[in-house]
Formats: sequence, structure tokens, C-alpha cells
Amino acid sequence: MKQAGIIIEAEHGQVKETSLGVITLAAKTADFLTALVMDGITHEITEQLAEYGIHTIVDLSLPEAPAIRLNPAVRATAVVQAARELNLDRVLGLSSPEGKDLLPRVAALLDAPLVMDCVDVDLNTGLAKTSQYSGKVMAQIQLTGETLVFGVRPNAVPPEPRPVPAKTVVMTENKAVPENITLLSWDNGDSEGRPSLVEADIIIAGGRGLKNKDNFSLIIDCAEKLNAAPGASRVAVDEGWVPYALQVGQTGEKVSPQVYIACGISGSIQHFAGMKTAKMIIAVNKDENAAIMANCDYQVSGDLFDILPEIMKQL
Amino acid sequence: MQIYVCVKHVPDSAANIHIVDNLKIDESVPFLLNPYDEHAVTEAAALKNQVPGSEIIAVCLGKKDAESTVRSALAMGADRGVLVETEKTCDSMATARALHAAIVRDGPADLILTGKESIDNEGMQTQFRIGALFDFPVVTNAVSLAIKNGKATVTCELAGGRTRTFDLTLPCVIGAGRGLNTPIYPTFPDVVKSRKKPIETITLSELNVPAAPGSTKIVAMTPLVQKRHPQKITGSPLAQAAEIIRILRQEAKVLS
Ligand SMILES: Cc1cc2nc3c(=O)[nH]c(=O)nc-3n(C[C@H](O)[C@H](O)[C@H](O)COP(=O)(O)OP(=O)(O)OC[C@H]3O[C@@H](n4cnc5c(N)ncnc54)[C@H](O)[C@@H]3O)c2cc1C
Repeated sequence: MKQAGIIIEAEHGQVKETSLGVITLAAKTADFLTALVMDGITHEITEQLAEYGIHTIVDLSLPEAPAIRLNPAVRATAVVQAARELNLDRVLGLSSPEGKDLLPRVAALLDAPLVMDCVDVDLNTGLAKTSQYSGKVMAQIQLTGETLVFGVRPNAVPPEPRPVPAKTVVMTENKAVPENITLLSWDNGDSEGRPSLVEADIIIAGGRGLKNKDNFSLIIDCAEKLNAAPGASRVAVDEGWVPYALQVGQTGEKVSPQVYIACGISGSIQHFAGMKTAKMIIAVNKDENAAIMANCDYQVSGDLFDILPEIMKQL
Repeated sequence: MQIYVCVKHVPDSAANIHIVDNLKIDESVPFLLNPYDEHAVTEAAALKNQVPGSEIIAVCLGKKDAESTVRSALAMGADRGVLVETEKTCDSMATARALHAAIVRDGPADLILTGKESIDNEGMQTQFRIGALFDFPVVTNAVSLAIKNGKATVTCELAGGRTRTFDLTLPCVIGAGRGLNTPIYPTFPDVVKSRKKPIETITLSELNVPAAPGSTKIVAMTPLVQKRHPQKITGSPLAQAAEIIRILRQEAKVLS
């Protein structure tokens, strides 16, 4: 192996915790780590990257104009150019919402193998671990090829400091927008200020047990109090109580929070597919025989309409 | 418009998966059309209504029994099918090459639709690789699509309610997300009609697909069961809430 390049995600001028986790994972098997930063480098970002073990910080210097900077084709080309120029033969990033759009583009342009949503990787041997079959199976996958690409599941690895001296390089290649894909507009939704579902430490999710859209606000309010992300089962989405963006499960988001609080959710196989790797599961359910009650760490048997308001009162 | 829809034959999401030889799954479970691909076929059918004279071709790489999945796509509105048959397990690099070759052989594509991922391998990348092989633009997790004046205007969801809207020149590749539409559930007459629609079967070896420069190969599989030992939190709602908060603070250390 020559060098590992890590695509960094930052927010509000800071590297995301989940990205620091990717650095920690890469540092287990790679000696030399390069960070690829797309949206501008702040003093704080430089310090954080050095603190967590990055040797070279590459500023991909994407244009300011959002229509260009946010265009995934432009971003992927910038990463590929840097990977080629710097001889990075391992490229890692997060299987975050952005990563799911970026990493496969990078892999396709490099014609390199990619495994998404890894919970572990060995950059020397090219082995990756990821779940398959709706989270029912853990597969070990051998990647072969000159350059290997890995998407790492957010929160799969807790970040650990590993200070090294870091230098910064600026890459200024042509960042022209391809003619065949134009970003017309972007909407950052109304989740500003709330932790995102895939990155939150705590998720409090609601299902059919909430009964209607109005009641679902109980989950949203509770999430706010706990600084948690609200989540939902498919039923809550299909009934129109919450947008699809909140769905956890096989056909929703796959999440690995520290704590997953499932309220009025029975724990179907498809729901489990999205949250079974949570470190701790707390189930609030009226039915002691619901599937989730046998497959959680704490069973809270009772009515969520009594318990959730009580949690809010006590916080 | 010539619309190609790539469909995959995958185990039913409700099936119990058993692992054989620590390496592969026992395939004697029901297999179905990949749920995200249902959205792709449904969208193709809607586009055909808008652009009369369009043709929808369902293309699948798989074993012989994947024909039933191609048949499902025909029942949902595809006009004909192409099954690239192989007994091999192909990764996304090999799959994209096979689908690319099958489409090139079949005719010029104006639009290629896929699901955003398959629920078995969850690779999320075949659409991008097909796009790169054709040099067509690609977007994924599309939740709305309109075709006008040789362009596709597509809104894609990034999660958290965040969206991006793109103009893509045709031909292009679009990975369908769940928010795109409600899948068509075929009626009995649709199913009967689909039996008469043609499916061409070609073998993968006949296609002479060049090998990819890299690969991914499963070397071990284990069931993903988390051994959890549920503990009961009992008492009044007040006591239960207090205990939950204590656990969040002291055990999980996620609350200050
Ligand atoms: C192809 C496919 C993909 C799917 N993908 C997903 C997916 O991604 N995510 C997903 O979640 N589902 C998915 N599903 C649906 C899944 O099979 C279940 O239907 C769904 O998860 C059930 O949601 P639920 O647990 O909210 O509802 P239910 O199964 O109806 O459970 C409701 C629970 O709430 C409890 N309850 C009711 N009232 C109260 C109360 N007052 N207090 C406490 N508890 C109460 C009940 O005891 C019950 O256990 C998918 C299905 C298919 C076929």
C-alpha cells in the first residue's frame, strides 16, 4: 500500500465526529494518511485533522459558487484527480448521504472496487466488513485492484486522538463543470440545527403506536429535549405522519447510534435491518411480546403516551 | 424514447437467510424483483404514457430463475426483457460491464433506470458504473423526474429532507429512490399479458464482456445477530422515565 486518502466531511467549520472516526479506522492499518477537504479549510479543521492523525491535508479548493461546489460530478472529479496525482491507492469516506452519492462516483471514475457501509477495513490486505441482506448477514469482502475505495458506516468507529504534525497542500486543477449534469437548485430541508439521523448519538423513533400525525410531534419534541434525531418506522412514513427522510430500516436509513429508543415500533425484520447495529436499544412498547422486546437491551413495557411526556418533564 | 430498466432478482426481504459453508446464502428462499427497481419500472411506465411510442426494456443479469423477475417487470409495464444468464456471482464492476454490453448490443438508450441499490448486496454503485462505461451523467436516489426537450430534470434526496435538483442531458442514468412513485401492483390481466411478452436470453459468455481491472469477492459470511440480553424497566411511568434518563446519562453517557 502506498497511501490512504480520506474524504473529510465538515460542518460549521469543524470536522464531523463521524469523519474523525474514519481517520481512526484508517490509522489502524495505514501509516500515512492524507485528508481530502472540499469545502474550505479553517484553522480549527487543520488542528483537528493533525490531532487525529492526518499527515497531509489537501485543500481541493473547489469553487465558492454552490452550483459548482455542490455538483457531485465536480466533487468526484476533484477527488479522482487528487487520488491520481498524489498516488493514493486507498480512498475512504463516509457512507453518509453525501458519501453515498460521492464514493460510487469516485469508484466508477477510477474503475476501482468499492465496498459501501463498511464497519471495519484493513487497508493493507484490502479486506472489508459490511452487512448484507438487509442487515441479516455480516460479510467479509476481499477487494482487489490497484486502487481500492471504501465507504465507512457513520459511527462505526469512535474517534481516538493520535497527534501528528500535518502539512497543507492546495490543489488547483481545473474544476470545470461537466456539460451533461447541471445542479439547478438545492434545499437543505428543515433539519438545520438537529443532529442528522445517520450521525446522531441518540435516535428516538416512532411507529404505528403513535397513531397519527399530531401525536408524532411527541417524538419530535422528545428528540429536541434529548438532542436526538427523530426517526420513524415505515408505517409512520407511509401514513404520511413524517417525511421519508426519517425512515429507518431496510428501505430507509441504516443507523448505528449509541442509543436507539424505539417507541411504538414492533421491530419487524425490515426495521431491524436499519438499526440493529445500534450500541444500545431501548424499546418502549405496550406489547411485551412484540419482536423488539426480545431483541433490545432495555424493555420498557408501557404506554408511550404516559412515558414520553414523563421523560420530557424530568429532563 | 428507448428506456432501459436494469432489474435484479433478490431474496425477499422477509426471508430468513441461512448461510452455507460460511460463504454464501442458501438460495432456496423466495426471490423477487428488487424493491427499488419496482420504482424504476413504475417510472418508466409513467414516462411511456407521456411519450407515446416509447419502448421499455427490462435488462437483468442473473441465473436462469431470474426470468421470473424479468417477468414481474413485464407485468408492471416493460415491453420486453433481456436476461443475461450466468451461474456466476458477479460484483458491481462485472455486473455493470455485463449490463452495459447487453444494452449496447440491444440498441441505443435514451434513458437507463435502475434502483438506487439492491437489497441483497446493498452496494449502491451499479448505476454509477453503468454511467461511467457509457459516459452518461448519473444521479441516484431520485424522488422526482421530468423529461422535456432532451433533458431530464431530476430531484434527488440526500436524507434529512435535503434535496438537489439537476438537469441531465439525455441519455443519462437515474437510480430510483423510494420517494419517486408508488409501485404499480400488476393486475391479473397484466400478469397474463406479460406472459406473451418476449424475453431474450443471452449467456454472459456470449456477450464477451471484457474483465474489470478490479473486483470484490465475499470471503466469509456470518449471521448478524446481536446477542442482546433484555432487562426490564418496571414501575410507574414516572419511575420508568427516570430510569431511562439515568441509563442515558450514566451507562450510555449520551446525556449530560
Ligand atoms: C420490502 C419491504 C421493505 C420495508 N422496509 C421497511 C423499513 O425500511 N423500515 C420499517 O420500519 N419498515 C419497513 N417495512 C415494513 C415492515 O415490515 C413493518 O410493516 C413496519 O416496520 C412496522 O412498523 P411499526 O413497527 O411502526 O408498526 P407495527 O408493526 O404495527 O407495530 C406497532 C407497535 O406499536 C405498539 N404500540 C401501539 N400503541 C402503543 C402505545 N400507546 N404505547 C406503546 N406501544 C404501542 C404495538 O404494541 C406494536 O408493537 C418494509 C416492508 C417491506 C415488505
